[in-house]
Amino acid sequence: MNLSRNWLADFVDVADIGNKEYCDRMTDTGSKVECFEQLAEDIENVVVARITEIKPHENSDHLQICQVDIGSKTVQIVTGAQNVFEGAIVPAAIPTAHLPGGIVIKSGKLRGVQSDGMLCSMGELNLTEHDMPGKIADGILILDEEFGDKLGMDIRDALMLRDSVVEFEITSNRPDCLSVIGLARESAVSFNREFKLNSPKVKGCNDGDKIGNYLSVAIDAPDLCHRYMARVVKNVKIEPSPLWLRMRLRASGVRPINNIVDITNYVMLEYGQPMHAFDYTCLDNSSIIVRRAGDGEIFKSLDDQDHTLDSSMLVIADQNKAVALAGVMGGANSEIKDNTTTVVFESACFLGSSVRVTAKKNGMRTESSARFEKGLDPENCYAGLERACELVELLGAGEVVNEIIDVYPGKTEPTKLPFQPDVMNAFLGTDVDAAEMKKILETLEFTFEGDMMVAPSFRADIGCMNDVAEEIARIYGYNKIISGKLRGETTQGGYTPKQKFEIDLENMLCGIGLDQIQTFSFISPKYYDKIRLPEDSTLRNSVVISNPLGEDTSVMRTTALPSMMEVIARNYNFNNANVRLFEIATVYIPTAPDALPDEKKVISVGMYGDCDFYTLKGVCENVLKLAAVEGYEISSYSENASYHPGRCAVISVDGKQLGIFGQLHPATQNNYGIDTAVYAAELDFEAIFEIMNPIKQYTPLPKYPASTRDFSFLCDESLEVGKIMAVMKKAGGKTVESVNLFDIYRGQQIGENKKSVSIRVILRAADRTLTVEETEKVSAKILAALDKELGIALRM
Amino acid sequence: MKEKLQLIKSEALSAIAADNADLEQIRIKYLGKKGELTAVLRGMGALSPEERPIVGQIANEVRAQIEEAIAERSALLKQLELEKKLAEEKIDVTMPAAEMKVGMLHPLTKVQRTIEEIFIGMGFSIAEGPEVELDYYNFQALNIPENHPARDTQDTFYITDNILLRSQTSPVQVRTMEKQKPPIRVISPGRVYRSDAVDATHSPLFHQVEGLVVDKGVTMGDLKGMLETFAKTLFGENTRLRFRPHHFPFTEPSAEVDVSCFVCGGEGCRVCKNEGWIEILGAGMVHPFVLSNCGIDPEEYSGFAFGMGVERIAMKYYGIDDMRHLYENDVRFLEQF
Repeated sequence: MNLSRNWLADFVDVADIGNKEYCDRMTDTGSKVECFEQLAEDIENVVVARITEIKPHENSDHLQICQVDIGSKTVQIVTGAQNVFEGAIVPAAIPTAHLPGGIVIKSGKLRGVQSDGMLCSMGELNLTEHDMPGKIADGILILDEEFGDKLGMDIRDALMLRDSVVEFEITSNRPDCLSVIGLARESAVSFNREFKLNSPKVKGCNDGDKIGNYLSVAIDAPDLCHRYMARVVKNVKIEPSPLWLRMRLRASGVRPINNIVDITNYVMLEYGQPMHAFDYTCLDNSSIIVRRAGDGEIFKSLDDQDHTLDSSMLVIADQNKAVALAGVMGGANSEIKDNTTTVVFESACFLGSSVRVTAKKNGMRTESSARFEKGLDPENCYAGLERACELVELLGAGEVVNEIIDVYPGKTEPTKLPFQPDVMNAFLGTDVDAAEMKKILETLEFTFEGDMMVAPSFRADIGCMNDVAEEIARIYGYNKIISGKLRGETTQGGYTPKQKFEIDLENMLCGIGLDQIQTFSFISPKYYDKIRLPEDSTLRNSVVISNPLGEDTSVMRTTALPSMMEVIARNYNFNNANVRLFEIATVYIPTAPDALPDEKKVISVGMYGDCDFYTLKGVCENVLKLAAVEGYEISSYSENASYHPGRCAVISVDGKQLGIFGQLHPATQNNYGIDTAVYAAELDFEAIFEIMNPIKQYTPLPKYPASTRDFSFLCDESLEVGKIMAVMKKAGGKTVESVNLFDIYRGQQIGENKKSVSIRVILRAADRTLTVEETEKVSAKILAALDKELGIALRM
Repeated sequence: MKEKLQLIKSEALSAIAADNADLEQIRIKYLGKKGELTAVLRGMGALSPEERPIVGQIANEVRAQIEEAIAERSALLKQLELEKKLAEEKIDVTMPAAEMKVGMLHPLTKVQRTIEEIFIGMGFSIAEGPEVELDYYNFQALNIPENHPARDTQDTFYITDNILLRSQTSPVQVRTMEKQKPPIRVISPGRVYRSDAVDATHSPLFHQVEGLVVDKGVTMGDLKGMLETFAKTLFGENTRLRFRPHHFPFTEPSAEVDVSCFVCGGEGCRVCKNEGWIEILGAGMVHPFVLSNCGIDPEEYSGFAFGMGVERIAMKYYGIDDMRHLYENDVRFLEQF
């Protein structure tokens, strides 16, 4: 809402308060100011002048030399414009003058002739043909003869350009403040000034003519239309509005059109009551019917757009056709034209949610619908209508026919609440005097009936004690409320074990050199192709956003791999070397059609550069170690198409899969345009947390020395080291402290598809030093098991 | 013989002091079994019994002096040798360090954790809830019925008519109140979604931290006090707060809260756009409609709620000028935090 301070002055005198102070205080009391602008601030030393004499320029065929009367004296100005004539009244910039756009006018010579200023076009004064109807933009602005007695006057005063405009951001609960009067009321309360509101007075034509001779109104849908008022104006003469009215509209950001249309806009801005004017002759059978639209009914709005309506929408119709989309926009079929002679003014109140839906469905949010959708006060219809007619008489735009049509099915009782100062003070933590509270409320036009307070009709937002407490608090001053300390029962704060595990995990992964990333939860369904997810994979069944911003953010991810890969690819394209990343990402697994999906966290890891499969395996095992997961198994897995079939593994405990990791399939890498090996892991955070051993038990440090035995075997390349180690561990029994690979050798001497595997076994007993015989016995058992189960023997 | 001993002594000492002295050779030459001093001692038999102890004593003194001189000189040479070695071992300390790469937490995680820790210190716990949420929890239970204009300010992604991507973390408050009886002190951090195209200051996905306190006798003054404590802990002891009346459907009274700029202290600078204040919070007293909807009697209990955007705070805090950096995850960006 752009508020003209000149206009504001009609209702409250705050002229002595500077813009900055005004804006700060209004913001403090709840009418948030976005910014303010002093209009015409950039125009200086431009005055009303009369051209008294024009002579051609000797050295130019298009320049003319004008003698210009600026009141106090006559100056010579050379102009290139062709529309000037002797006797013309024009704006003249007299050195040193300033014009919008930082233009400075100084004296000088034009082709040898002294020129002490510049005659201005409307564009040079930031005006348009709408502001100055009937004037041409291409040439000097020729002012009407009535400015003849204003020679020398500052053009800003002559054209009423001086004003300050304050831009408010009005919250949706205060549609009453989308008006000059509403903001004047708030200004009066904020600065403790008198609020001056005069009821509009309409004389009427008093010629015996009555509205009943012209019009009937019926409301067919009283649920959507709370009130419909109408008046008729006859003998209308459509012409431009006077300067003062145009300038107020201009300051408010509304384009002047003609007197009748301008009056509807003026009243909407002043009273917050959207108005509409119909050309009476376009109403078939002199009737107005407020009804639901027919399904499929076609309506052409006055901006010449066709709309297909449905029965959820309310229209204003005559006997045969819709003439307006209620509260949104009028129809092209009944708009005010230059030859309109009889006008019907509508001042109505429609159901906010209905107007909102209608405007949204038809893609036309207007100044009118933006007000209606917030819920307007039906009591305001009358004042708005009367003001419009008062302006008609003031402007001499026509004759107002006597009597008013008022159909009012939606009259409501005002809100009454008990006035409880103590309760409000206790709630706010304040100590505001009951009398002061009453005074604040009275200036906001609350009334009192005994112990009850009655909210004014334009305050539909007042419904309970909290609402009234806010009124007290905002005028008293939020910043004057003394800060308190919470009392009462203490509460046990802190993270849950699961939240703690997540934090520990993030810290651990950072500690081993991985950077944390954050990615969008929604992806493109095409990303499933990029990671080579099989066509029939259940993971392709995602939660789909019905109104996405674009395809690439249209489904909720069921796997975090695509998000990781996008980031990996981006970093690869930025030529970042050695990238190691992780994300604790949420995935969204659909359940039933009308139920919420399962939201699960996964640990997503991605890396390339100075790393290999075993680097990634180390990261995964660190996660398991952090959770103290015991007895997990890592086995090769070639069934996941995202990964290299020979370089991929799954982690499981008791047959339950905890995650997958490996090198990506070259085809997957290709899909991301990456030319180097990429390693990725997806671990199930929820499953790992579930089997996490939260309290680790201390193992006493060994008191007796260990015995070390090294074994080297020759075996087939295909035999997994993990299998050999598992057999050794099992065969060795409880004295085996650890089994570790320390060397692996491949070479011509041992033949193709063979490898030599060297494993160190550490044996130890907790209660004694193992004897040579004991260790030999264990070694023998290990060798026997290897021979029996895997068919391998010590390398000679 | 005395003279002979003195001669040996002075010869030996000067040999020891010489630049290229071979101390072992010197020791053998003078003190060894066939050494000069030993030879002299062997000749002691020729002396008279009276002279013998005197010369013997002198000989012992000479031996001791030579041994001491050798020891001293030896220690000195060793010291010099060590110094030479250390000098040779000098390295260029300005050369780059060997990499021991540590990863970095995402800046949003850092800021979110900082906020969480402040509230945990004030007895809050952390509540979580679904991001894909029912319309009821995101809007209706929060006093935002269908077709309410407040829905406009939060353009929402819908899955079905009833299911949406939460546009605020407030639904977690409702779910908390449904499950838990007062006193309640929770914050709910998490992802929220609004239909805003990506640009330098907008993202269709961002993070919020909302807080909720419900108890007997909770006042608006308490809300102010708690947010002041929070802001001072996060931004510094000299931080001031400014409360401006605002409207949220689920709180009444409602406020927007500015903190004095933590860069310029309120003088006006680039970070606060010369206003001296940075808007970081929305807050208010929980609307009685919301309380009773969750089965809490508004006559008995009152409460307050507040919410803030993590991205906004992170960007102001670290001076990040473009929100897109936060989701691009360029490691050159990530490793700055």
